[in-house]
Amino acid sequence: MALDIYKINPEFRDIMPKEIIELEENATWAQNQERPRGIKELPETKELLEEHSLCAGCPEAATLRYVLSALPKPEDTVIVNSTGCTSLMFPHIALHTVHSLFGNQNAVASGIKRVLEWRFPDTQKDVVVLAGDGATVDIGLDYTLQSFFRQEKITTICFDNEVYANTGGQESGMTAKGQVFKMAPTGKKFDKVPMWELAKTSGCHYSVNMTGSAPKAVAKAVREAILVAREIGPTYLNIYTPCILEIGLSANEGLGEMKDQDKDRFASYKHVSPEAEEYLKKCKKEGLL
Amino acid sequence: MSKITDMTKTHNWSGQKLVSIDHMLFEAPRTKHFMTGSEVLKEAVKRATVDASVSYPITPQSEAAHLIGELWAEGYVGVYFRGENEFGVMSEVAGCSMAGARTITTTSGPGTLRAMENFAQWSGTRAPMQLVLMARGINSPLTIQPDNLEVQYLLETGCMIWYAENVQELFDMSLAAFTVAEQPDVHVPIITAVDGFFVSHTREAVELPDDDIALQPYDPYAAPLPPIDSEMPPGRFLRDPFVMKSNYISYATHASWQWEIRSAVERSKRYARHLLNGLVHITGNEDAEIAFVTCGTASNQAKEGQRELEKLGIKSKVIKLRTIRPFPEEELIEALEGVKYVFVPEFNVVGWLANEVKAKLYGKVDVNIHAGPRVAGGMSLPAEAIIQEVMEVVNPGKGA
Ligand SMILES: Cc1ncc(C[n+]2csc(CCOP(=O)(O)OP(=O)(O)O)c2C)c(N)n1
Ligand code: SF4
Repeated sequence: MALDIYKINPEFRDIMPKEIIELEENATWAQNQERPRGIKELPETKELLEEHSLCAGCPEAATLRYVLSALPKPEDTVIVNSTGCTSLMFPHIALHTVHSLFGNQNAVASGIKRVLEWRFPDTQKDVVVLAGDGATVDIGLDYTLQSFFRQEKITTICFDNEVYANTGGQESGMTAKGQVFKMAPTGKKFDKVPMWELAKTSGCHYSVNMTGSAPKAVAKAVREAILVAREIGPTYLNIYTPCILEIGLSANEGLGEMKDQDKDRFASYKHVSPEAEEYLKKCKKEGLL
Repeated sequence: MSKITDMTKTHNWSGQKLVSIDHMLFEAPRTKHFMTGSEVLKEAVKRATVDASVSYPITPQSEAAHLIGELWAEGYVGVYFRGENEFGVMSEVAGCSMAGARTITTTSGPGTLRAMENFAQWSGTRAPMQLVLMARGINSPLTIQPDNLEVQYLLETGCMIWYAENVQELFDMSLAAFTVAEQPDVHVPIITAVDGFFVSHTREAVELPDDDIALQPYDPYAAPLPPIDSEMPPGRFLRDPFVMKSNYISYATHASWQWEIRSAVERSKRYARHLLNGLVHITGNEDAEIAFVTCGTASNQAKEGQRELEKLGIKSKVIKLRTIRPFPEEELIEALEGVKYVFVPEFNVVGWLANEVKAKLYGKVDVNIHAGPRVAGGMSLPAEAIIQEVMEVVNPGKGA
C-alpha cells in the first residue's frame, strides 16, 4: 500500500482534531523502508501510541511503543490482538489491527497470513500476534501451539503480566507458583508455564524470554523475530510487562520491577534455530537489522 | 498448486471461464448426474472460484471437507488446511475472509456448538464467508444422527441462514449463497444448512452445468468494510477510550451496528428471491385449509403426507421456507390466505421452526398453528406420523 499510511479526507480536514492532523503530517512509518527505525525516534514519532487508555505507568503501554517502533514494514503489517488490557491500546494506533475473540488470535492470524500470501504473492506482508498471557497461554494455548506446529509464518508476542489484568486480577498459567490472586485464594498450585521453551519444542525458530525494561533490546528482538517469521517459520517473544495495579506498585515503579526481574526470573532466554541464525546474518549484511 | 497470478479477465486461476451467477444458475446447459450431497458440494465449490477453505472432521460433513481438499490439490481452491478444532477453524476462516478471500467451511452438530462464539463475531465483522452446515444431533446422549437442533442456536447470530431440501438445492444454493453474501449492501456471513445424512449421504439425480465455467472472483474492495490486507489506510482510528469502557458509546455502537447487520440480512431478500426462485416454494392444493410450513427434508416428508391426504380427500399444501434468516414473512402470510390449520413438522425436539413461525405470524394471521409432529435424534419422519397428527387435530377422535 501507499507509504502514506494515514491520510485525512480533505473535506474533513477543518473539523479534525489537532493530533490527527499532526499525525498525518509527522508520521514516519515509511522510514522503516529505508533503514531500521530505532527507538531513538520515539519522542518525535506521532504514530507510536501517543495516547492510550491503560493505567498510568502501565509497562504494557511503554513496551507496545517499543514494539511498534521496531516493525520492519508497518505499512504492510497486520497485528492481531485479543481481549485484555493489551487490546485496549490498539484502537489508538494508525495500523491495521484485528481484535477478534479472547484466545483465537493465532487462528485468526493463520487465516490472514495464508490469504495474504495467496493474494499478494509478490509483496511481503507481516502478521504479528500480540496478546496477554491469559489469551496466549491459557484460553488460547491450543491455538498458539498449533500455529507453531503448523509452521505458520507469524510472530507471536505475549505481554506476560503474569495475571488476568483486565478482568480484575485472576491467576493465569503464567503466574508464579504460590502467588495469591483472585481465583487462587490459597496460592497458585503449579509452576509458571515455561512458554518460551514450549515455543521452542513446538517448532518456533526464534524464542525469547525477556522483560520490557530495555527498549533497544525489545526492539531488536521484535525486528529479528519478524524477519525470521517472514522467511523461516513461527517466532515467539515472551515479554514481562508487570501489572503494576495487581501487584501493588505505583505508576513510576514498573520500570524498576522489570529491571529487578531481568536478573531473576526473566534472566534472558534466547533460542535461535540454525536456519534462523543463518538468515539473520544475511539480514544484517543487507542492513535490515 | 494454483496461483492467483494465473487469473485473467476471462478465466480464473484454474483455467475455468468466468461467468455471471445468472449464467451459472439459469442459462448454462446442464447434464444429469447421480450424486450425494457431499459430492455435489464439491461440484459447487469447483465452480465457485473459492480462495480459501479450512476443515475439521465430524460426521456427517467430513466427506464434503475431504472433497474440498481434493479440489485444492487439483488447483481449484487457493488455500486449504485442516484446523485444530472447530473453534480454531471458524477463527481461521474469519481471518481468511477478513483478509479478502472468498471462503467456505463445513461442520456438523457438536462442531457448531464448539465454535459458537465465532458466528456472532463473523457477522459482527460483516465478513461474507459461507458455512455449509450438515446438521446433526447434539450430544448427549451420544448421537451422530441427523437432527437440526443446532440451527436454533444459530438463529440470532446475525448470519443469514438458508435451508436446502435436497442435493440439487444444495448445489444451486451454495453458489447463490456466495453471490448474495458478497453483495456490498448485504455483506454478512451465510450458513447454508442441510439435514446431514439425508442429504449429505443420499445419492440423487442432479442437473449440473459443465465444470469449465466458474463464478467471477470475489472483489474485497467492493466490500462495505475494507479488507485487512494493508492495501488501504487503517479503517478505524479511535481517539476515545475503547467503546466497551463507556456505557453510552457501547450502547450507541451496538444499537446501530446490531440493527445494521439485521437490516443487511433483510436487504438480502431481493437477491435471494431472484437467485433461489422465491424465498418459499409451494406444492399441493392451492385452496387448501391445511398447510405444512417446513424447511429441509421435513419438506420432503410433508409433501408425501400431502399426497396421502389428497388420496383421503383432504386438501393440503406444503410451504417450504428456503430462507430462515431472513425470514420470508410476507411470502408466508400470502401463502396462508384461506388456510385454517398450520402444521410445522420438524427434525428436532424443541420445535424451533414452529416457534419462529408462531412469533412471525403472531397477531397477523388468524390460523391455528400446530407445532408438530417432531422427531429427534435422527428418527425419520414418516408420512403416517404426519397424517396421524393432522387427523388428531383436524378430525379429533376419528383417527387417520
Ligand atoms: C471466552 C471468554 N472468556 C472470558 C473472557 C473474559 N476476559 C476478558 S479479558 C480476560 C483476561 C485477559 O488476560 P490476559 O490475556 O492475560 O491480558 P491482560 O488483561 O492481563 O493484559 C478475560 C478472562 C472473554 N472475554 N471471553
Ligand atoms: S490493570 Fe495492570 S495490565 Fe491492565 S492497564 Fe492497569 S497496570 Fe496495565
